[in-house]
Amino acid sequence: MIADLLTIVLVSTGAVFFLAGTVGLLRFPDPLSRLHALTKADSLGLGLIALGLVPQAGSIWMALKLLLVWLLVLAGSTAAGQMLARLHRAEAADD
Amino acid sequence: MTELLALTLALPLLAGALFIVATASTRAALFGFFAFGLFLALAWVALDAVDVALTEAAIGGGATGLLLLRLNGRMRHPVSLGEPAGPRLKIAAGLLAALVTLALGALLLALPEPAPSLAAATVEPLPTLGIGNPVAAVLIAYRALDTLLEIVVLLIAVVGLRALGTDRGWGGRPVPWPEGGPSPALVFLARLLIPAGLVFAAYLFWVGADAPGGKFQASTLLAALWLLAIMAGLAPAPSSGGRWTGRALAIGPLAFIAAGAIGIAAAGSFLAWPEPVAKPMIIAVELALAVSIVVALVLLVAGPPERETGR
Repeated sequence: MIADLLTIVLVSTGAVFFLAGTVGLLRFPDPLSRLHALTKADSLGLGLIALGLVPQAGSIWMALKLLLVWLLVLAGSTAAGQMLARLHRAEAADD
Repeated sequence: MTELLALTLALPLLAGALFIVATASTRAALFGFFAFGLFLALAWVALDAVDVALTEAAIGGGATGLLLLRLNGRMRHPVSLGEPAGPRLKIAAGLLAALVTLALGALLLALPEPAPSLAAATVEPLPTLGIGNPVAAVLIAYRALDTLLEIVVLLIAVVGLRALGTDRGWGGRPVPWPEGGPSPALVFLARLLIPAGLVFAAYLFWVGADAPGGKFQASTLLAALWLLAIMAGLAPAPSSGGRWTGRALAIGPLAFIAAGAIGIAAAGSFLAWPEPVAKPMIIAVELALAVSIVVALVLLVAGPPERETGR
């Protein structure tokens, strides 16, 4: 019961972050702030969803796998965000 | 519930396909292709075809998308394919595509209930092979000749790519990303992801015998890790004139053909696995194949060899 409640709260909060990130991606004016919105959705939103699914995982190994997925996505999206921002800065310097 | 899930998965597929065809920028279409591949993989998971989903994610979406992206980066001048199609041709092509889709849908609905299936016949002899995953059994035992020919096709593609290089580059290394140093973020990512990816690739290779996975998916993952290391400047690209590159490319098909010849001698036909040693032989052949697939995929994505600087 408490576990289910935790899941509902965490996953919903994660979904809110994804929604906010998507709105930001569509509405923010320049590439850097769009990246900012996107990486928040990726890292925090996915983290909350992964954390929310842990009580439903059933076994400790499945829970650890969920958290591992989050960590790997965190590393990937952070690095991609950095690289895109660098590319943007380099292109802006060229203009 | 399943209908709702199927619809939520089918809509992005349709939208993605339309976006890829309709968008004006090649780069946008390519990124659309990556997203489309991911949704297609999810759709396969929803259909309980996890083997197909893994292959789609690794090879269909991932490796093919990367090849196209690389091609797009190398094409300095857009290549014209002649006159763009007129409205009449477009309408005819659209009608033809709609007709094929309708015919396929009608055939699917006309299937008898239950649909004819060879599943039971496929599963029955699995214990003699030491394989628990029927998809792996189809690939390595029932349709082994197809798998052998797939590897040969991959090799022919590598030969074709080498032929596209300049004379001066013959025997050199591909120079995938020459401008500037790699971004520190990329180096960090490579250092973090490669060890984790190696573990996962070994797991995928081994688990393929009994569960979704296998040598193709594991090899694609390994090739992706190698490419990541090349991009981050942590590892060199394979040298096309190097002694090891040729051997690594040849070992897979040669091992497969040798196993086929043993099959003729021991079990009576080409590529028949003699029963007591079927499992170890299959693993040996799959390992050799994995080596060839990894090198071939890395060479294909890295591009034709160019002359090494500093010689």
